[in-house]
Amino acid sequence: MSEHIEKNNDILVDVRHLKQYFNINVGWLMTKPLKAVDDVSFSIRRGETLGLVGESGCGKTTAGRSILHLYKPTAGEVIFDGRPIKSKADIRELRKHATMVFQDPYSSLNPRMTVSDIIGEPLDVHKAYANKAERMERILELMDQVGLNSEHASRYAHEFSGGQRQRIGIARALALKPEFIVCDEPVSALDVSIQAQVINMFVELQEKMDLTYLFIAHDILVVRHISDRIAVMYLGKMVELADAGEIYDQPLHPYTRSLMSAVPQPDPIVAKANKRIVLSGDIPSPLNAPSGCPFRTRCPNAAPCCAESMPEFKEVKPGHFVACHRVNEL
Amino acid sequence: MEQEPLLKVRDLHTSFFTPAGEVKAVNGVSFNLDRGKVLGIVGESGSGKSVTAYSIMQILASTGKIVSGSIKLDGQELVGADESVMKTVRGNKVSIIFQDPMTSLNPTYTIGHQLMEAIMLHTDRTKAQARERAIEMLKLVNVNEPEKRMKQYPFEHSGGMRQRVMIAMALACEPDILIADEPTTALDVTIQAQILELMKSLQEELGMAIIMITHDLGVVAQMCDEVIVMYAGSICEQGTAEEIFYNPKHEYTKGLMRSIPTADTAGHKLQPITGTPIDLLNMPEGCPFAPRCNNAMKICLRQRCERMRINDEHFAACWMNVKEAIDNGTIVPDGKGGEDA
Repeated sequence: MSEHIEKNNDILVDVRHLKQYFNINVGWLMTKPLKAVDDVSFSIRRGETLGLVGESGCGKTTAGRSILHLYKPTAGEVIFDGRPIKSKADIRELRKHATMVFQDPYSSLNPRMTVSDIIGEPLDVHKAYANKAERMERILELMDQVGLNSEHASRYAHEFSGGQRQRIGIARALALKPEFIVCDEPVSALDVSIQAQVINMFVELQEKMDLTYLFIAHDILVVRHISDRIAVMYLGKMVELADAGEIYDQPLHPYTRSLMSAVPQPDPIVAKANKRIVLSGDIPSPLNAPSGCPFRTRCPNAAPCCAESMPEFKEVKPGHFVACHRVNEL
Repeated sequence: MEQEPLLKVRDLHTSFFTPAGEVKAVNGVSFNLDRGKVLGIVGESGSGKSVTAYSIMQILASTGKIVSGSIKLDGQELVGADESVMKTVRGNKVSIIFQDPMTSLNPTYTIGHQLMEAIMLHTDRTKAQARERAIEMLKLVNVNEPEKRMKQYPFEHSGGMRQRVMIAMALACEPDILIADEPTTALDVTIQAQILELMKSLQEELGMAIIMITHDLGVVAQMCDEVIVMYAGSICEQGTAEEIFYNPKHEYTKGLMRSIPTADTAGHKLQPITGTPIDLLNMPEGCPFAPRCNNAMKICLRQRCERMRINDEHFAACWMNVKEAIDNGTIVPDGKGGEDA
């Protein structure tokens, strides 16, 4: 996989063996590592949208944050635009080119700041303007880009609806003209009729500004709509990665299969005829992850070999990566 | 006359009296629910779908009040009924499960205590019998090791497990109607599939009716026989699931159907509904959806459309259908204004 990447100049973000552990107190003076992201490797091409799906607690948000070095990764490296991110200076430089849109438009905006200060803060931090007039001009331009009325620049976040707040968050992310944006569940807090507006805006901005997205969400239909490729995570591991159409129509990993079949289809005849693969049990706690393949406790096809070792994340078809011991047998 | 429906709601108006003014959260809602049917109520936040359900149970916040209308359960009028009457209804005849199973269970009592409390409150069972019944209910909702689970606290259970406990509690007294208020919104997709499957099989087994409140059209398509689409406190459209999904007759429903991403929309633009949801304090005179409607006509801004009969299984309140009727003359006003349909 890595050879393939080095040949390809179109890779914007290259994540190699990323690990992010958190130490959790389990008793008096005792800690235990919680492996939120455990040895994940993938790459994102310039201009593409990579969807990242999985259930709560699978590490998808942590992966997104670790890539931006909002957490210091425990191990592994992130190579952005050909440059590995190592020192503090690298991180500072990275933040000009890679930003984030957060899930909750209510808690991610400071209630004491006006919209113009929220959007202008990245400009202030990176001193991206020569004078006050230029700063204001840029803020108004950004507000226009995300469909906010420029008259609202001096208002506070609480005066806006959820959809408009998410637009403020997006304007802030766009302030430094980034190349890469991590979108962490950007539409899941919004009403159905507003979701489509925001999704369309992401697509339009991508076309206009040549953006690359890592689009994290649990709503598979939304991810399927917006993504070129989709990656699936389970309990800190990446289990499958392929083109959006292929992974949706012909998933290979048993977890992806059940995930795709569990999507409620907004069509009564299809939905009532749909044969769902209903998994038994719950997701194990990441503190006590099963040995070997993390999915084996819920997997309908688990075999003894699954308990022994973690299956390798390998390319089984061109561009289609799966981590399953029994992928060829089934 | 046909068999009396299990639940008959007529012209229900529920308002909240806030310092800023009267918020008409539910504004003239009428529907029937027959035994053993699953009714879906869809709408955005603030559309009045939950308030409709809370009005049936009369568990509104202290500022909320049923202003007018009628709710008949099995022929018994609930609007204006005594609190003592409502106590025999809640839990026994109508139960409710909420969106967030963590906040609806008491964190300081065991699961067993809370289940037994519900059973002993509503039936004459002794403590030992209640315990037996509680274990039986946990088995029914596929909780493994129910005896052990009885002694555990809510925090020891996962989200899906807690929602199962809530369902067990709601079904313990064999209600005729189960109201499920966004029962799977807080859950993951694979757990959602488990819970929906469980609700469907229990519904068939026990023959109860379900009112499913959700904003997820996928859940509605999978679960419901009939669907009500609500916007700004009123019903836009109601009918069988097939009619609503394949033959929508209200501009709002049409917009919703167009705006949701499906497997086929990849690579295409979605067609969103423009604008933002309405402010319930400043309701327009005409159709509440008119300010966001692409096909709004002059009459839409002036006058609210009455409920129209599309066919025996389908009703909608949209002037567009009248415009169509002028063209082909097939649609006639219901004329009964939801009096008796």
